[in-house]
Amino acid sequence: MRAQKYRLLLLIRREMRRIASRPIYLMCMIGAPILCFIFFTTLMNEGLPENLPIAAVDADNTTTSRQILRNLDAFQQTEIVHQYSNFAEARTAMQQGLIYGFFYIPEGTTRAASRSEQPRISFYTNASYLIPASLIYRDMKMMAELASGAAGRTTLLARGYTSDQAMGFLQPIKIETHAISNPWINYSIYLSNTMLPAVLMLMIFLVTIFSVQTELKYDTGKQWISLADGKIWLALFGKLLPYTLIFLLIMFSCHLYLYGILGFPHNGSFWHIMLAGLLFVVASQNLALFLCGLIPSLRWALSLATLYGVLSFPICGFSFPVMAMPPAIQALSTIFPLRHYFLIYVDQVLNGWPLEYSATNYLVLLLFVLLPLTDMHRIKYTMLNYHYEP
Amino acid sequence: MNFLKNVISIWNKETRKFIVDEGVLVFFVLVPFLYPLLYMYLYSKEVVRDVPAVVVDENHSTLSRQFIRNVDASPDVKIVDHCSDMENAKLSIKTHKAYGVIQIPREFTDDLAAGRQTPINIYADMSGLLYYKALLSACTEVSLEMNKDIKAERLSGLSDWQKEVSVQPIEYEYVPMFNSQNGFSTFLLPGVLILVLQQTLVLGITMMAGTERERRRKKNLMLTDEYGSPIDVLTGKGLAYFVFYCFIAFYVLCIVPKLFDFNQLWHFFDLAMFIVPFLFASIFFAISISYFVRDRESCFLLFVFISVPLLFISGISWPGSNIPAFWKYFSYIFPSTFGINGYVRMTNAGALLQDVKTEYVAMWIQSGVYFILSLLLYIKLYRSKSTPESEVEIEPDLNVE
Repeated sequence: MRAQKYRLLLLIRREMRRIASRPIYLMCMIGAPILCFIFFTTLMNEGLPENLPIAAVDADNTTTSRQILRNLDAFQQTEIVHQYSNFAEARTAMQQGLIYGFFYIPEGTTRAASRSEQPRISFYTNASYLIPASLIYRDMKMMAELASGAAGRTTLLARGYTSDQAMGFLQPIKIETHAISNPWINYSIYLSNTMLPAVLMLMIFLVTIFSVQTELKYDTGKQWISLADGKIWLALFGKLLPYTLIFLLIMFSCHLYLYGILGFPHNGSFWHIMLAGLLFVVASQNLALFLCGLIPSLRWALSLATLYGVLSFPICGFSFPVMAMPPAIQALSTIFPLRHYFLIYVDQVLNGWPLEYSATNYLVLLLFVLLPLTDMHRIKYTMLNYHYEP
Repeated sequence: MNFLKNVISIWNKETRKFIVDEGVLVFFVLVPFLYPLLYMYLYSKEVVRDVPAVVVDENHSTLSRQFIRNVDASPDVKIVDHCSDMENAKLSIKTHKAYGVIQIPREFTDDLAAGRQTPINIYADMSGLLYYKALLSACTEVSLEMNKDIKAERLSGLSDWQKEVSVQPIEYEYVPMFNSQNGFSTFLLPGVLILVLQQTLVLGITMMAGTERERRRKKNLMLTDEYGSPIDVLTGKGLAYFVFYCFIAFYVLCIVPKLFDFNQLWHFFDLAMFIVPFLFASIFFAISISYFVRDRESCFLLFVFISVPLLFISGISWPGSNIPAFWKYFSYIFPSTFGINGYVRMTNAGALLQDVKTEYVAMWIQSGVYFILSLLLYIKLYRSKSTPESEVEIEPDLNVE
């Protein structure tokens, strides 16, 4: 027993030396994730983009139409940067990427409105930029709504209606949305909560495989196994422990940064997401180990891990929901740790529901942790019998 | 003349080198071939349809039932259950049976009869922006239609001026251009396609450079003995990658979108002209950074993860007009920033080369800068060839016992 403990210490010391011997390890374990943390949170520090550039085509050019456009400009999220004289010019500006949308008021709008001929104003967005397009859509729609309702409301108020009565008259049914701790009030909350763990996971995959399979490449595998007295579980445990600690440090710093420093909404118990973070880190490491056992080639294991890691981003469903993906992909999404971390995040952090509603997700993460038990003996076999192939 | 001969021979050698290297072919052929297809398949539905929702109808009237029926009939939302109260409704959200709740309060019809404005409440699951959007737009559409009917019914008892104001004085319409469905993949995929080209070039080229450096360390291969001067080598290699990637780019940018019926409003000549500097910039960018790659496999660790920030920094998701100045300038380092913006506008909005002039010129500048930079780094490498490499990786001495 004592000998085993001693061997473990030696293994850990050996691994720490390996980490220190090459800058690439610390760069990928600490540098890359931190760089991404800073990148995503500073890129979107506005929360919601403001003053998105749009344009106007005011062919009517009356006091009323100018008033409509002034009102639109006053909205926080849009800014009319240019007035074009016709539709074609505005369309070209959109093709050139100068504006995300434009408002079109045809000639004679005011005149037709005063004659109750129901003229039509229109607004256009460049929907190939989905996020800004949907934001300016909101402002433009509200503006159009105001433009069309304003006349009626004025008349009603002048005739002695109260404001409530007027609304009941013009818009009998109104839709009210309720979103607790609405994450898309702030786009950064919506993205960073998943994006940061995802980047960390990708690095865990790659670094773990790299650290195991380079033993073969540099012909140190036999020595590694013999240091663990031929016990593969001991060899792997001693090897991975230093990485686990560093990755956990990064994971928890990420939690602290998001919920502590940036103050992103957190409606549950902090322990629940930390538990998820712990399981997520270890699950990712062990999934990578599983791949090492499955594929005894450094390059192929890294290739597969890259595919797995990069595919995790869309398939976890944080931007485009999994339920709208093809059924085969929906089933496939369950074998991605990020999917389960994301679901735990939604239920435990955003919604703040009791732990039991996420039990399955925690359990699946635990299964990933156990995965290498099935094939770790093959890693030993590889180390003792294989040669590196470029 | 000698230069030309040299370049052609290096081009030849380089091409032969990577078409037998399995590891590089994964990046140069397999990934560009399969990854876009996989992505397309994942997002093949474009929009979210039939978001499951539950209803809490406290009003139980013909009108409230009509509202529910109409929402259910809309393409965006599907009513999966009726709940007696909000508690039960919340339970179905917690168990992920539904992603939204529509609640019609008891006073619904009373309010309407009294001419008061009455609310219908919707609660959405937090896990996705698109659930919320689907639910909101379906309910808003239905409410607008019903408002029209309600107002029409009231008309009979109204005076002329009341009729006049109850009809909208100005109508409006909304046209989402260049992506008429507001589709998710139409928005994201052009960016992904361009990024696949750049990143596979970076990974493949740095892998080859890493391999070469490993061999040099082992003294198996002295680069300069075999090849000509740095400029010959650089030009020859650049051409080898470029010619090969013309085919890859044609497949990724022209064939893949066709397979899945995506927007393809580009004009072939303009697109081809645009892609030339993009490929050159990406190739020489890759050769420049390959200077820092010490061995064959480290490219995975160093360059895979940057794909994600690169997609965001291009301004395709978070709007380019709102990217902080520092990141904006930082983004000019990467060919993908300009490549994505130009290609998106060409393929989705039918922009011509003249409409993407800024990006086009920027990528030529990048090509020039990276060509010179890689040339300087090559020269530096060549100078160091006579002295044994000082930065030879020495795996730590692990003989502890």
